[in-house]
Amino acid sequence: MKEIVIISGKGGTGKTTLTASFAYLARDNVLADCDVDAADLHLLAAPKVLHEEDFYGGVKAVIDPGRCTQCGLCTEACRYAAISDDYVVDPLSCEGCSVCFHVCPVDAVTLEESLNGRWFISESRLGPMVHAELRPGEENSGKLVALVRNQAKVLTGKSGKKLILVDGAPGVGCPVISSVTGADRVVIVTEPTRSGIHDMLRALELVQGFNIPTSVVINKYDIAPEMGERIHRICSEKQTVVLGSIPYDAAVTAAMVNGRSVVEFDDGDASKAIVGIWEKLAETVPS
Amino acid sequence: MRIAVSAMGRDLDADLDPRFGRAMYFLILDPNGTIEEVIENSTNMNAMKGAGIQAGKILADKKVDVLLTGHCGPNAFKALNAAGIKVAVELSGTVREALERFKRTDVKFAGGPNVEGHW
Amino acid sequence: MVIAIASGKGGTGKTTVATSLASVLGPNGRLLDCDVEEPNCHIFMNPELDTSVAVNLPVPVVDMEKCSLCGKCGEVCRFSAIVLIGDEVLTFPEMCHGCGGCSLLCPEKAIAEGSRLLGVVETGYSGAVEFVQGRLRVGEAMSPPLIKAVKEKIDPEKINILDAPPGASCPVITTVKGADFILMVTEPTPFGLHDLRIAVEAVSVLGAAMGVILNRSDIGTGDVERYCKERSLPLLMKIPHDRTIAEGYARGELLIDAAPQYRERFVDLSAHIAELVRQPGESYVEAAS
Repeated sequence: MKEIVIISGKGGTGKTTLTASFAYLARDNVLADCDVDAADLHLLAAPKVLHEEDFYGGVKAVIDPGRCTQCGLCTEACRYAAISDDYVVDPLSCEGCSVCFHVCPVDAVTLEESLNGRWFISESRLGPMVHAELRPGEENSGKLVALVRNQAKVLTGKSGKKLILVDGAPGVGCPVISSVTGADRVVIVTEPTRSGIHDMLRALELVQGFNIPTSVVINKYDIAPEMGERIHRICSEKQTVVLGSIPYDAAVTAAMVNGRSVVEFDDGDASKAIVGIWEKLAETVPS
Repeated sequence: MRIAVSAMGRDLDADLDPRFGRAMYFLILDPNGTIEEVIENSTNMNAMKGAGIQAGKILADKKVDVLLTGHCGPNAFKALNAAGIKVAVELSGTVREALERFKRTDVKFAGGPNVEGHW
Repeated sequence: MVIAIASGKGGTGKTTVATSLASVLGPNGRLLDCDVEEPNCHIFMNPELDTSVAVNLPVPVVDMEKCSLCGKCGEVCRFSAIVLIGDEVLTFPEMCHGCGGCSLLCPEKAIAEGSRLLGVVETGYSGAVEFVQGRLRVGEAMSPPLIKAVKEKIDPEKINILDAPPGASCPVITTVKGADFILMVTEPTPFGLHDLRIAVEAVSVLGAAMGVILNRSDIGTGDVERYCKERSLPLLMKIPHDRTIAEGYARGELLIDAAPQYRERFVDLSAHIAELVRQPGESYVEAAS
């Protein structure tokens, strides 16, 4: 079983478009959408949910006003300023650390499991799929990411498939660390802009810390070819393969509006480039 | 000697669970294969962080000497190591087969974690 | 006044809007880049950064001389950052959330607090505009405490522009909490709409006034505009797809420099937002494109 994770550092560089296209080209894979706090892959994969479950990611403190004597020990101990002057816990600030529960002399604090999201096992146009929705504003997306990846592995084992394609999270924090640890390959999608390069470098640094073979794809290459050249130079210094470049193509948005990956929508410039990139990537990942 | 095996079920014919921290059960055996204790690990299986550390603590508290499992991450290894528990990794098949391999000394003891940590 | 710029979906032009808006404010403005995982505002603002302060999270350090091996610390910790194993107390600093519970509740007072580096907060000037950014250490998982450290630099006397991280989870809420106005930047695509809905839902509990900017407004469909009408979200500006803007962005130029006709529109935008903050509840406004 091999697991390829597509990440980007910077958001909006085409991570999901590329993941969906790879899935269409690979044909025999399981999909995992680990961008749980802005999950978009389902808009292209049209999953039919077969199984769904709530996700409880942690606990939140709740103060019983009937028991509370307003002694102030909890507010003093809380490092997250989550308890108001009238002793109500703000769930958005509560970290679930339980310190208030322990310091309360009259047992007025209870810890309640917090519903953080839902996760799904689905059958989709692009193969079996595990995906999730973090409840807006919730934390712990790293935990939900780990769960989605684990479930995708179980599903892959059961279905006898050999490949998992993971739409990773943006950034370099907890969700993306969760997306890549222990994966077989990472593909970083970037764009030829100064922000794209900046964020690609941070993502590369992160992935290299985990020792995972990594390659780069440059999207919207023709917006600034000189920046594209710079990415090539940086990657060769860092001994990172550039799998290929995708030109700006209005078909990408048109495909999205039609709920299709671009490679199944038309065979224009972007599609041709993605097919070439997939062939190159597939060669480096023996099944 | 107390031998712990990460397992998918409650008896010797159950499959070994390759995950340590998130294993479904731990069976604690004596070298003859007598089950001394079955520990349900459901709390850790569903805890999304620190499962390996907590599972390591459980086995340390149960005074286990050896663990037979599949994969063990860095935090779990640190906990098991502190408890002086030897960790045999990369095992598969049933619990009974893993025990037999251990008795034949046909197992690989980890000198460190054999997988990346899961967050 | 605090104006937070958020987006749901990444790459929709959040930083483009934040930097141009801050620039037209001149000495009245202060730009705070709270997208600490990938801070990009500096690319467009070229600030002279003159201070850099490390931000640490307190993590437990155990004095085994005083420890009685009671195990209370491990029972208290919800994050598996400290645990009693045999006659040893192990700590896992990278798991720690810095709640201080173990040291507070240790009956022997055997636990002091060391620190784990989260990142840095850097400050300086870009021309007349005060500039602040947080930069998360690569490999560090916890961004909210660093975001809070950036927000400590909010100057109530000025107009503070906060560039939020993408998405709709905890770091976004940490950033936009307490803002007077939340400006959502999106694009008129199915992804843009989907992620905008989630972000609006996430921040609407905070009760701040909101508005929307539609970037690359001529690609995709009219669904985002319909959504804004339904939700009575004022559509404050449309920025059509323009190769000049895209190329300027690639080079790291401000939108108002790459396309100077926007300068006046950003001045108007800041006035419009100030008006909306003073008189909340204004219904849908058709943006001039």
